[in-house]
Amino acid sequence: MSMLPQMFFGYFASAIVVLSLLVITRKNPVHSVMWMLLLFFHIASMYLFLNAEFIAAIQVIVYAGAILVLFLFVVLLLNLKEELQADRFIGTWPAGLLVSAAIFVSLAAALQKFVPGPKGNFTIDLIQRVTHTKVLGQVLYTEYLFPFEIASLVLLIAVIGAIVLAKKRMRSH
Amino acid sequence: MVPLNWYLLLSAAVFSIGVFGFLTRRNIIIMFMSIELMLNAVNISLVAFSHYLQDLRGQILVFFIITVAAAEASIGLAIIIALFRNKNTVHVDEMHEMKG
Amino acid sequence: MENYLLIPFLPFAAFLINILFGRAVLKEKAHWVSILAVAGSWVVAVMTLRDVLAGKTLNENVYTWILAGDFKVSVGFLIDQLTAIMLIVVTTCSTLIHIYSVGYMHGDNGYYRFFSYLSLFTFCMLMLVMANNFLQLYFGWEGVGLCSYFLIGYYFDKKSASDAGKKAFIVNRFGDFGFGLGIFVIFLNFGTTYYAPVFAQAGSLAAKSYNFLGFDVHLMTLISLLLFCGSIGKSAQMPLHVWLPDAMEGPTPVSALIHAATMVTAGVFLVARCNPIFSQSETALVVVALTGAITSLFAATIALVQNDLKRIIAYSTVSQLGYMFLACGVGAYTAGVFHLYTHAFFKALLFLCAGSVMHAMGGELDIQKMGGLRKYMPVTYVTMLIASLSIAGFPGLAGFFSKDEILWMAYSGSSPVGKIVWASGTLVAFLTAFYSFRLIFLTFHGKFRGTHEQEHHLHESPKAMTIPLMLLCVGAVAAGWVGIPALIGENIGIHNGIAEFMKPVLGHAEGHGTHGEELIVMAVSVVVGFAGIGLAWFMYMLRPDIPGKLTAQFSGVHKVLYNKYYVDELYSAVIIRPTIWTAKNILIGVTDAKVIEAIVNGVPAAIGGVSRQLRKIQTGLMHHYATIMAMGIFIIAALMLMRSW
Repeated sequence: MSMLPQMFFGYFASAIVVLSLLVITRKNPVHSVMWMLLLFFHIASMYLFLNAEFIAAIQVIVYAGAILVLFLFVVLLLNLKEELQADRFIGTWPAGLLVSAAIFVSLAAALQKFVPGPKGNFTIDLIQRVTHTKVLGQVLYTEYLFPFEIASLVLLIAVIGAIVLAKKRMRSH
Repeated sequence: MVPLNWYLLLSAAVFSIGVFGFLTRRNIIIMFMSIELMLNAVNISLVAFSHYLQDLRGQILVFFIITVAAAEASIGLAIIIALFRNKNTVHVDEMHEMKG
Repeated sequence: MENYLLIPFLPFAAFLINILFGRAVLKEKAHWVSILAVAGSWVVAVMTLRDVLAGKTLNENVYTWILAGDFKVSVGFLIDQLTAIMLIVVTTCSTLIHIYSVGYMHGDNGYYRFFSYLSLFTFCMLMLVMANNFLQLYFGWEGVGLCSYFLIGYYFDKKSASDAGKKAFIVNRFGDFGFGLGIFVIFLNFGTTYYAPVFAQAGSLAAKSYNFLGFDVHLMTLISLLLFCGSIGKSAQMPLHVWLPDAMEGPTPVSALIHAATMVTAGVFLVARCNPIFSQSETALVVVALTGAITSLFAATIALVQNDLKRIIAYSTVSQLGYMFLACGVGAYTAGVFHLYTHAFFKALLFLCAGSVMHAMGGELDIQKMGGLRKYMPVTYVTMLIASLSIAGFPGLAGFFSKDEILWMAYSGSSPVGKIVWASGTLVAFLTAFYSFRLIFLTFHGKFRGTHEQEHHLHESPKAMTIPLMLLCVGAVAAGWVGIPALIGENIGIHNGIAEFMKPVLGHAEGHGTHGEELIVMAVSVVVGFAGIGLAWFMYMLRPDIPGKLTAQFSGVHKVLYNKYYVDELYSAVIIRPTIWTAKNILIGVTDAKVIEAIVNGVPAAIGGVSRQLRKIQTGLMHHYATIMAMGIFIIAALMLMRSW
């Protein structure tokens, strides 16, 4: 019995936690974005661990490739100099710490009582034999075809909405 | 074999960090990134469930969450731009139009 | 008969059209819609009468109006002999008065409004007479009350007119309250409000007594008296007569239509319609007869000294209505309805003539300021003279036959108070002749006593007004010929048509007297009629100084009569002032100011105070909202955990 998986998990898990903390504590938003990029790669690796190659791929493509670049654009549009002189946290940050710690404690406590449900049909063998992308595609385009189409509509609306919101208003006066 | 609970505990930790970031940061962009963190935390637990329960539904859900996250990011960032244009600040505690 | 639904609903359609489109579209042409509709009703009513004469009657439910458990009320129509007569009276008068109004109301601001109300009134009155159940009767009853409020207060910018409208409405409420109770008692005891089953059972329940307000009373007497309360209010009998003279504030066609020919006769109609109930109660009949007799005497004496043209006619109406009740009270329903029918013609004619005089005099109503109008307005003079002769009981005219029928029935009938009411009726006949001709002589004869300006203005009214006068005049002369008593009829080969006709509905009261007695009664009534006319001629034509002297001699009596027995003042002191005092000092001063306003102002103030504190929670800072939301998540999670532990 090898300790290798546990060691891998230990590295990635601690890296993810540390990177998360870095993301939310950096003063310079550009640094935050950069740490987040690294965080997303780590999360993608963790998905590979869990035999979810396709999810890992879109994690990198969508999150790291699209969303983060968007963040970066926005950050660069804003005034960085002023930001570096301002306070990072609100004055009552200990309250936030308390609440988030309480949530963590209650979630962790819930895990003690957690009992997993019954197992499904998609065994690791099956996924490895057919390949993950194909299996996922089969499910997505049959059972979840309708939500899939709706998702496309959501994206369309988001595109239009973003244009409408960010457009400079033509002032008539 | 890594137990499922470890993943879930990791997920809880990242989620709580996201909550903390959202509740305490002044910069609205970082707050927005905290939301992304929370979404990712949920994604980790969903993929872990999917793997351990040998059921693809969890991953399907992740797929949709990523879609929604992308939509949300584009709209949210557009709102931030509009906000910055009008208020000339990204600090949330400087805005209190809703004060009763 | 098949088209009978058109009778009420044509005027209703005219009302809707006028009220909706009158102001903007129809304007000066508003009368066409109403007149065509009412004339249409008249045509159908005449066809209906023909069918009824041929022996057809109808009792039909058209639409279920209310259905609650055992309680069922329909919009239903009953057409029998009584209804047919009423239909003719209502539609004929209404049609002629609509036409007359074209001339009378010409150029008025509310022209369309006037005609829409007239049509609505006609609709309500027709629903009232055509109903086959008490609730629909009540609907029509209240409807005509409402319309009379609208029409009396038609010149609502004049305070006296709007006050008179309110007075009519409120005084009627007193009577209608009793009427409503009567319907309740009928429903509780008969389990239905339809005429047919109620009247059918009336006989079998005749001996029943009923606990009313803690007293055991004879059921039929109770119902009769409660229903009669409604009649008293609507037909302006003592002690609720006060509204009718004041109602003269309305335009004159309204006075003619509502306060002479149709609405006020609803009370008589009700008593006649419910004759199977009234006949079961001797007490109720005596009350009806005495109320009628007292009212007619009372109103006739007031009319003697009034100077207001329309008020004299109004009191004359009250007096004649008393006559009709007197007839019903002695069991001669046919005679009452017969008088109702003839009275409608000559009284509508009197009012329309009065309107014509007013038109010429520029709104002047004081007969002391008139005189000699005969030369200027011959048509009005002749028609009014005929109407007055008719009401005075000149032999051969409409009023003569119906009045004579009533007096003979009172004298010869089986009623315990028959002789008394006959005596008072004969006295009233004398007074009626006197004051009617006082009116004629003062208005149309002698020298003109008004201003020069008025004299210059005098003229005959337009054709739209005089033609209805002439048509009604025909009615005032000939309407009585359907009821020529056997005494005369036998000799000239005509029998008493109306008595035969009404027999299935109203029964037939037989007089118990010889022909000789009947002849004497008739002769007496003719003689007193002529005596009244003669006295009026003597006092106002031959010796115009006498009235002044009499007034001086009997100034006390004159004052009492002139002030209408101080009834208004009495009501003012006993009812109105205490009510206003209570309203002002208790209801406004205490209940409203201290209780209701305290609640009304206190509750919002409390809410405002609490919310002023609560709004401080709303800081407007996103972090605070988010923190509270996260705390909520934690609390829910913690609760779930505690439950599973």
